[in-house]
Amino acid sequence: MLEIKNLHANVGGKEILKGIDLTVNTGEVHAIMGPNGSGKSTLAQVLAGRKEYEVTKGEVIFNGKNLLELSPEDRAREGIFLAFQYPVEIPGVSNVNLLKTAINEIRKYNSEEELDAMEFMTLLKKKMKLVEMDQSLLSRSVNDGFSGGEKKRNEILQMAVLEPKLSILDETDSGLDIDALRIVANGVNKLKSPDRSTIVVTHYQRLLNYIVPDYVHVLYNGKIVKSGTKELALELEAKGYDWLKEQKEFA
Amino acid sequence: MSNILDIKNWYIKSFESFESSLNGESSKPFHQIRKEAMEKFSQLNFPTTHDEDWRFTNIAPLLKYNFEPAAMAELKTQQTKNFLFENLKGNTLIFVNGFFIPKLSHVKKSNDGIIVCSLANQLKNGSPVISQHLGKYANHREQIFTALSTAFTRDGAFIYVPDNKILEEPVQILFITTTSNKNILSQPRNLYVTGTNSQVSIIERYLSLDDGVYFTNVVTEIYAGENSIINHIKLQEENLKAFHISRTEVDQEKGSNFTSYSISLGGEIARHDINARFNDEGSECNLNGLFLLTGNQLFDTHSLIDHAKPNCSSHEKYKGILDDTSHGVFNGKVIVRRDAQKTNAFQENKNIILSNGALINTKPQLEIFADDVKCSHGATIGQLDEDAMFYLKSRGIGEEKAKAILIHAFASDVVRTIKIEEVKKYLEEVLEKRFNK
Repeated sequence: MLEIKNLHANVGGKEILKGIDLTVNTGEVHAIMGPNGSGKSTLAQVLAGRKEYEVTKGEVIFNGKNLLELSPEDRAREGIFLAFQYPVEIPGVSNVNLLKTAINEIRKYNSEEELDAMEFMTLLKKKMKLVEMDQSLLSRSVNDGFSGGEKKRNEILQMAVLEPKLSILDETDSGLDIDALRIVANGVNKLKSPDRSTIVVTHYQRLLNYIVPDYVHVLYNGKIVKSGTKELALELEAKGYDWLKEQKEFA
Repeated sequence: MSNILDIKNWYIKSFESFESSLNGESSKPFHQIRKEAMEKFSQLNFPTTHDEDWRFTNIAPLLKYNFEPAAMAELKTQQTKNFLFENLKGNTLIFVNGFFIPKLSHVKKSNDGIIVCSLANQLKNGSPVISQHLGKYANHREQIFTALSTAFTRDGAFIYVPDNKILEEPVQILFITTTSNKNILSQPRNLYVTGTNSQVSIIERYLSLDDGVYFTNVVTEIYAGENSIINHIKLQEENLKAFHISRTEVDQEKGSNFTSYSISLGGEIARHDINARFNDEGSECNLNGLFLLTGNQLFDTHSLIDHAKPNCSSHEKYKGILDDTSHGVFNGKVIVRRDAQKTNAFQENKNIILSNGALINTKPQLEIFADDVKCSHGATIGQLDEDAMFYLKSRGIGEEKAKAILIHAFASDVVRTIKIEEVKKYLEEVLEKRFNK
């Protein structure tokens, strides 16, 4: 589904990603872990197409297409979804309006018929149950005045409605209490299917108790320095990241 | 005409023929005020960019023309009915080139003392409301355009709601201009007066039937009696060659509540001065504004809220969206006088610039002489929020649509608090049409 080859990227002239190689197959869940500043969020933003992040080398192929040539909106329409670490507040734009516009723009792109108001509301109500979201949040402005937990749940709701092929969760667990974490993870798990993949970007192992990854990668200083299965996450939790840094320096 | 003196003489000469057209009315007491205003007009100068209040607004393009006082023109109902909000069933007053046209208007018979009619009618009848209020709030001694309005006062909208009466349905007032290829000057003069515990909503629309160059110079005086509630909506939708100079003066008695929406869409040069004074305690004043500018338009709004008495509150929210090479000016002055303790005054002016050529000058001016008050102001100028743009795009929404959504959200912040559904819906449509291509 996703093939990243030797990806280099700069932010403000400084190289953050220094040659990432990663393959995610259909149906897999990958976790990307690493200390702060290692480039985890940069990778997530580069995949979503943020223009402040300049790709200097390498390629990203998504379902046979050159992802880096696509605009952010076309990436979303092709099936990429980024759950933001810091969801943006947009006063004056209601959640419903955002979701309805988004889903129909995606459907139009894929030559599917647009949903009318009734069909959309039916779908939306079903998905809201998944993330245990209160109906009153729907008519409110996007993330405006939402608590941290509500914002993250809102991201997962959007994901549930848009049904992406590849979801990238950027530190979705940060700042969540255990109840909110469980709800978010539960939402993600229910959406899991053999034809969808997920990349979970996280600093802590905690979330991986609920979203069990097939593979775990450790990102350090702009490179993936170690890959393994879910046991690697536990090892990281127990030992921290320092031993990896040392290993790296020896290598 | 090349010379300002010639232009002034032109208006002074016009006044002579105006006077003779008044017939018996020139014997009424108000005519003395007209004459005094004309005298002032001849002494005052047209503002230039050297005047602080007109620093950013050069009216030279307006002074290139010698506008003729408009004559009465006939229109068919067909030509005006699309301008009315058809679901509103209240009184309608329709003016063409500043003259009231009874045939096109619809005034309900009332036996509770409420008066909705033309100012001309009240001037003719020698109404006590006229002698008490007309010309009392808009100062013609210092402002040349107000002097011009007062001197040429002949017609406009008149609303009087006596004590304890409520006019349930909003009054709709249309000011339509049709030029017939003449550079005309239309000068509606409006007066709205409410008694104790009364209530009224007023919608004014300024519209053009063609794209000729003309000049609307309008002065509206509003007196809000004790505990009365006035909602005032002004929609300025004149053509892009029109000049629109307007002044709204509001005098508020104890416990009164005045809310205004000033929406400015049209005009080559448009200027709106809105001033409110608290004469007594416990009053509230809400000034809202939205201006959408394109092409070479210039819009200037100056407001003054005079907290002369304690325990009053004012909220001001103006938003501008500027495209192409348009130019906007916001000047919001709030004076909190020494006695005006426990004042709440909030002011906000936010602007979005959509092109490199557009320009906004914004200036909040707070003058506070009392010490136990809550006042704040904020002015921002910016482009669309990049983070919000990226967020929308990352959800599959294309560039143009994402832009439209954000602009719409920005503007609807003003529009959505309008209480008259029909007006709100109409303005939402205007926004939709303009920004959601």
